[in-house]
Amino acid sequence: MIAELGLAALWMAAALAGLQLLAGILALTGRGASLGGIVRPVAAVQGVLALIAFLCLIAVFATTDLSVKLVAMNSHSLKPLIFKVAGTWGNHEGSMLLWVMVMSLAGGFVALVERRLPEPTMLATLAGQAFVSLGFYAFLLIASNPFDRLSPVPEEGNGLNPLLQDLGLAFHPPTLYLGYVGLSVAFSFAIGALVTRQVGPAFARAMRPWVLGAWIFLTLGITAGSYWAYYELGWGGWWFWDPVENASLMPWLAATALLHSVSVLASRDALRAWTVMLGVVAFSMSMIGTFLVRSGILTSVHAFAVDPQRGSFILALLAINIGGALTLFALRAGTVTEGERFALVSREGALVFNNVMLSAILGIVLFGTLYPLVAETMGAKVSVGPPYFNPMGALFAVPMLVILAVGPMLRWRRDSFARVGRSLVIPAMLVAAGIIAMVVVGGVGLLPTLGFALALGLGWASVLPLKGRNLRRTPLPIWGMVLAHFGIAVSLFGMSCESAFSVEKLVAVKAGDATAVGPWQIKLDAVEPMAGPNWTALEARLLVRYGDYGKVTQLDPQSRSFWAPPQQTSESALLTRWNGQLYAVLGGEADDGRWQLRLWWKPFVPLIWLGGVLIALGGLLALLGRVASDLRRIFAREKIAYRRGRMADLQRAQEGEEP
Amino acid sequence: MAQTANVRPGGIKAKHQRLVLLAVALAVLVGAALLAAWALRNQASYFYVPAEIVAKPPEPGRAVRLGGMVAQGSLKTEADGVTIAFVVEDGKARVPVRFKGIVPSLFVEGSGVVAEGHLDSGGTFQADNLLAKHDENYVPREMKDMSREQAEQVMRETK
Repeated sequence: MIAELGLAALWMAAALAGLQLLAGILALTGRGASLGGIVRPVAAVQGVLALIAFLCLIAVFATTDLSVKLVAMNSHSLKPLIFKVAGTWGNHEGSMLLWVMVMSLAGGFVALVERRLPEPTMLATLAGQAFVSLGFYAFLLIASNPFDRLSPVPEEGNGLNPLLQDLGLAFHPPTLYLGYVGLSVAFSFAIGALVTRQVGPAFARAMRPWVLGAWIFLTLGITAGSYWAYYELGWGGWWFWDPVENASLMPWLAATALLHSVSVLASRDALRAWTVMLGVVAFSMSMIGTFLVRSGILTSVHAFAVDPQRGSFILALLAINIGGALTLFALRAGTVTEGERFALVSREGALVFNNVMLSAILGIVLFGTLYPLVAETMGAKVSVGPPYFNPMGALFAVPMLVILAVGPMLRWRRDSFARVGRSLVIPAMLVAAGIIAMVVVGGVGLLPTLGFALALGLGWASVLPLKGRNLRRTPLPIWGMVLAHFGIAVSLFGMSCESAFSVEKLVAVKAGDATAVGPWQIKLDAVEPMAGPNWTALEARLLVRYGDYGKVTQLDPQSRSFWAPPQQTSESALLTRWNGQLYAVLGGEADDGRWQLRLWWKPFVPLIWLGGVLIALGGLLALLGRVASDLRRIFAREKIAYRRGRMADLQRAQEGEEP
Repeated sequence: MAQTANVRPGGIKAKHQRLVLLAVALAVLVGAALLAAWALRNQASYFYVPAEIVAKPPEPGRAVRLGGMVAQGSLKTEADGVTIAFVVEDGKARVPVRFKGIVPSLFVEGSGVVAEGHLDSGGTFQADNLLAKHDENYVPREMKDMSREQAEQVMRETK
């Protein structure tokens, strides 16, 4: 019953998306001006219906209704409730429904709240949003219906991939999807502005909160995904240049560039065509990411859809949306009049430079990700990894980080390096000191050395925009910028230290034996079996001590065996100190009763993710600042309107008294 | 500020600035694309089966991947308890492999494996990482193809 309700809601939502598109087009072309009025309410109702459909799917999963095919394929009655619910989007159909739901809700929200843009631009924006949604509704209803029934009803479900049975899963995909879909709103705004030729500061101000919001979620999603891979996969690495990771990194790079250019457009009315282009590119990257991850051309825990029909369907959607948007851009870009001018050495100049660098990195990552797919069609099986991505990315990241340190201190329109030169003496000295320190230490690679030195310099430079300001009156977006840039320095510091100073040890020890890694003394106390709700495990008890006199702490890495579906995972154990993390993995038992242990001491590694969180917090501050000033403006307008109204009333009252 | 506001920034004419920006951006992006293409040719890691790696070995030290079956009776653990040596075969050729680390749980003799690493000058494949079948659903991509095209043949020929 609930499944049918959900399916009905989904069909109705799809129909309303069609209506929204049609009414928008008719109203815009002047064949039904009265139809324009229904577009906003239709968008809102469509969002609510999509939400209902999604809630129905959650309900079906929570109660493990095995007559629904999707539940039988992906869930199991013995799973803990939280993983039953999270399992709703731990599969292809559910994750696509989540995507559509978030997208429709966002569209509905825009329809209800955004009143600053000219009405035709809004109509075009909402029609664009409906067009994109419609494609995904069709995909769900035709090629991947989440509410399909199964007959006969099986006795038990297949279970969820154990790697995904983790709290990280509960939040990682929804976070990334919020980011992807926030970019869909930016995309629709860009389409709307192109169609009605209204590319200007008002458009940028309407688009900015969505770009900021999407960017915050993408930042958090990538940070969480990286930490998940780090502790769950048990390989000790935090970034693998896996295509799936790249799929989330590419929209982030585009969104970062967009975020900065949209700010230039909003406050300086420059970079008009460039901003629109980035709006198109950013969402295109989201869709390419989804295609790569979900179509099954990549094999990973993320690739749910192995059905080639689905892959072709997503590819067709991709071609229509991206191709259409780029064609529109090509036709209209020439008619977008030029914005304000600026000198090469200026805040705008620095932002353009970094935008180009970000785009270059984006291109590098895109090339490296797609190359194996292209090569495979020509019969060669290749994989592309860190030896390509690291140096190629750094080639553009290093100049970008240098300009990132300088840019925020430059003035708008026109400035000179001589003016800001003096405040950059200390950061430059820090960079030099960092390089010298690493050379003295010796044996550190070029990239970690540069990263370490730049992190020190950038860390200092990032707070300089606060110099000479009254901190109480400094606007929130400035604080946000400072915090986000500081976060980059923090993250970079963590990355450099991790790759320069990590110590690894792989040993086989008997219970009772001791070993050491870096400054740690480690003793294997015992290995014992234990059981969980849907798994059994071997758990090692490690007694660890930092240095010779530190406190003894216990660590329990596990080797888990799940039985539905049967699979083994290794649960690493982590011990975090202020200056790093001890990471322990339990391996197999050797013939002579020794146990394999893999141990890492990773100095300052948590800073990588702390930096990510700081960057997202910076974004949040900027978003709060923007929203607050928007609200203030609206209230101020209402207040003026109210006063005017009162004066008119008084006047009328006086006039009424006179005769 | 009041002074600079009237000056044409940089003295560049309006239309020219747009063109210059566009040209510079395009030049950087095209440069990045060319660099990427060049680096990909050199850095991509190719997939080999034992017959290919024996017939036409990649230069020692170059990152490649080797896929095949773990030969029966070839798996040995060395005295340190964490280094293993085994032979990967495809029915036509055999390649000795060394690996130091924790092996995937479904790594056993007679099953398929993909080893990431490089060939050393002595002809032994030094693996940095082993990919084995996780379970029925999650199989390394190359192995999926292999089990169809080659694995059956491998099994026939080795019996």
